[in-house]
Amino acid sequence: MSDNSLRLVWIYPDLLSTYGDQGNALVVERRARQRGLDVARLDVRSDQAIPTSGDIYLIGGGEDRPQRLAAERLRRDGGLHRAVGNGAIVFSVCAGYQILGHEFINDLGQREPGLGLLDVVSTRGEGERCVGDVLGDIDPGLGLPPLTGFENHQGITRLGPTARPLANVQLGKGNGTGDGTEGAYNDTVFGTYMHGPVLARNPLIADHLLKLALDVNALPPIDDRWYEALRSERITAAQQPA
Amino acid sequence: MAGNSDPLSPRAKLAVTAGKAVAAASRAAGRGSGSVIGGRVALKLDPDLLARLAQHLDVILVSATNGKTTTTRLIAEALRAAGPVVSNALGANMPAGITSALAGGSDSRFAVIEVDEKYLSGVARDTDPKCIALLNLSRDQLDRAAETRMMAEHWREGLAGSKAVVVANADDPLVVWAASSSPNVVWVAAGQMWKDDAWSCPSCGGVMQRPGDDWFCGECGFRRPTPSWALSGDHVLDPHGSAWPIHLQLPGRANKANAASSAAVAAVFGVPPQVALERMYQVQAVAGRYDVVQFMQRDLRLLLAKNPAGWLETFSLIDPPPTPVILSVNARGADGTDTSWLWDVDYTRLTGHPIFVLGDRKLDLAVRLEVANQHFQVCESLDQAVQMAPPGRIEVIANYTAFQDLRRRVGN
Repeated sequence: MSDNSLRLVWIYPDLLSTYGDQGNALVVERRARQRGLDVARLDVRSDQAIPTSGDIYLIGGGEDRPQRLAAERLRRDGGLHRAVGNGAIVFSVCAGYQILGHEFINDLGQREPGLGLLDVVSTRGEGERCVGDVLGDIDPGLGLPPLTGFENHQGITRLGPTARPLANVQLGKGNGTGDGTEGAYNDTVFGTYMHGPVLARNPLIADHLLKLALDVNALPPIDDRWYEALRSERITAAQQPA
Repeated sequence: MAGNSDPLSPRAKLAVTAGKAVAAASRAAGRGSGSVIGGRVALKLDPDLLARLAQHLDVILVSATNGKTTTTRLIAEALRAAGPVVSNALGANMPAGITSALAGGSDSRFAVIEVDEKYLSGVARDTDPKCIALLNLSRDQLDRAAETRMMAEHWREGLAGSKAVVVANADDPLVVWAASSSPNVVWVAAGQMWKDDAWSCPSCGGVMQRPGDDWFCGECGFRRPTPSWALSGDHVLDPHGSAWPIHLQLPGRANKANAASSAAVAAVFGVPPQVALERMYQVQAVAGRYDVVQFMQRDLRLLLAKNPAGWLETFSLIDPPPTPVILSVNARGADGTDTSWLWDVDYTRLTGHPIFVLGDRKLDLAVRLEVANQHFQVCESLDQAVQMAPPGRIEVIANYTAFQDLRRRVGN
C-alpha cells in the first residue's frame, strides 16, 4: 500500500460494468473505510491509461463486443501487467475473468488473446447460457465460507497448472467444464463467473483481497448481519429445487 | 382480399370472436383482463390476424425500456383530437395482447400500440405502422433479455427500410443508432438521465464524449443529430421554435420527456402541439403508477421502477427529505431473477429520507443500502412499514411484481 490510502482501481466502467459488478468496488471500498482506511477509488475509462500504482484492481462483466474492445485496449496499455508485477491484487468477473486468461472467443467468433495474468483458457459453450443461483465450496487453501453467486454466461474456462480453482460448485455450472470447478486464482490474481455482485454475497472474499493488499493476517471485525442474512437466504434458495 | 367496408375474412372474424369468448371466460374466472389469452387463441386460429386487423388503421408503435405504457396513453389521448383510437392501454405489449386490443377497434382510425422491445421488429413488419416512437434503451432483466446494445442492433435491422416516420430520442445514443437506419426520422431532444449503457459507441466501439447535453464518438464521428423538437424545462419546443407549456397530472422529468415525444407523434397526424398537450392533461395514473392512495390513514404514492434508469428518474421526482420512502423489490420471472442491477442504482440519493425495505428480496436491498451507508429498516409487510414511517406522505417505489403486490394490498 502506497502512503496511507488504499488505491482501488475500477477498470473500464464504460465497457465492463453491465451486470452490477461495480458493486464489488463499492463493497471493497465500504469495508476498507469501516476499518478506518482512507480509500482512493479510481474509475478508469478505456481511453485512459491504467495507473500502475493501485493496490486492488477490479474488473467486471460485459457484453461480447465491449469484452473484445477491453482486451485490445488493456493489451495495448500494458499497465495492468506492470501493476501485477508491483504486487497489486486483481479481482475479475465473467468477461473480465476471461480477459485475464491466455485467450477467449470474441464476439466475431475468433480466438482473442487475453492478458495471460491467470493460467486459464476460455472457449464458448454450445448449449444454453448458464443462468441462475450458484452454491460452491471455496478452495480450502483460502479458508473461506461457501461461495454464493449468480451466473449468467456461456463460457467454458479450463485451468492450466499454475491456476487453482476458486471453488467447487455444488449447484450451478461455474467454469462450464463439467468438472465442477468455478473461477481460478493464483497468488494475487482472482477470476470468477459469479455476479450478485459476488463480493456483496461473499464479503469475506472482499476482506481476503484487503488482507492481501495490506499484507495483514486479520482485520478488525465489522457488523456483517445483513450480509449474513442475505447469504443464508440465497444458500437456502439455491438448495431448493426450482 | 376483403373489401374496405369489411376488411376481415370469415376466418379472421371467427378468430376474433373465439378470442373474445376466451377472454370473457378468463375474466369470468377472475384471471385478469383476459386480453393475452384471448389474443393467443385468436392468433392460433389465424396467424395473420394482427396484420389483417392493422390494415385499416393508422398504426403508431411505441417502444422503449421505460415509459412506454405512459407514452402510449399520452399519444392516444392526443390523437383522439383527430379521430377514434384503439390502444393496448393496459400494457399487454406482446403480439397476443396487441392482437386482442386491435380486435376491439373495428371503428377506430388510429391504433396506438405499446410494443415490448423484443417484439418491435416483428410487430412493425406485421402492422405496417405510419409512425414508430422510440424513447430510450437501457439495461433491463439481463438474465433473460438480449444485451442492451444487441437490442439496439435488432431495432436497427428491423426498422431499415420501414416507411414509418420514426420519432426518436436524440439524447439516447442507442436509440439514435437504432433509428438512423430509417429514411424518415423526427428527432426529439427528450433527455436521458441514465448514461451508463452508452459510453461505448454503438457504431464503432469508440469511447463516447459527452460535453454538456451533446454527445459524439471521438473516433468515427457518430454524433447526436440536430433535434427538431425538444423538451426544455416545463415546455416543448416545436420545429418552428415555439414553446408550448406542458401540464400533466403525472410527475417527473421523464413524463415531460414522454409528453414531448407524444407531441411530436401527434404532429405527424396533424394534431398541433397546443391541442395535443392540453389533451394529455387528462391522463391520470396509468395502471396504478403514480397513484396516490389512502392506506392505514396515510397517503402513499405508488411509483413503479423496474431497472437502474427507471430508479434514477424516480429518485429525481420524489418529495425531498424527510419524506419517508418505502422500497420493495422482488425477483420473480416477470422481474428478472437476478438482483445485481440494484448495485447500478445510486442509493446515496436517498440520504436524509427514512427508508423502509420489503419484498421478496429485501435482504439484497438491505446489503445494498448498508454499503451505501444509508439508514434503513427491514420490514415484513407494507402494514409494518407504514406503521413505522414518520408522518407525511410516503413515497413507495417498487419493481414490477412487487408493485402488483402493493396494489393488491392497498386495494388499488
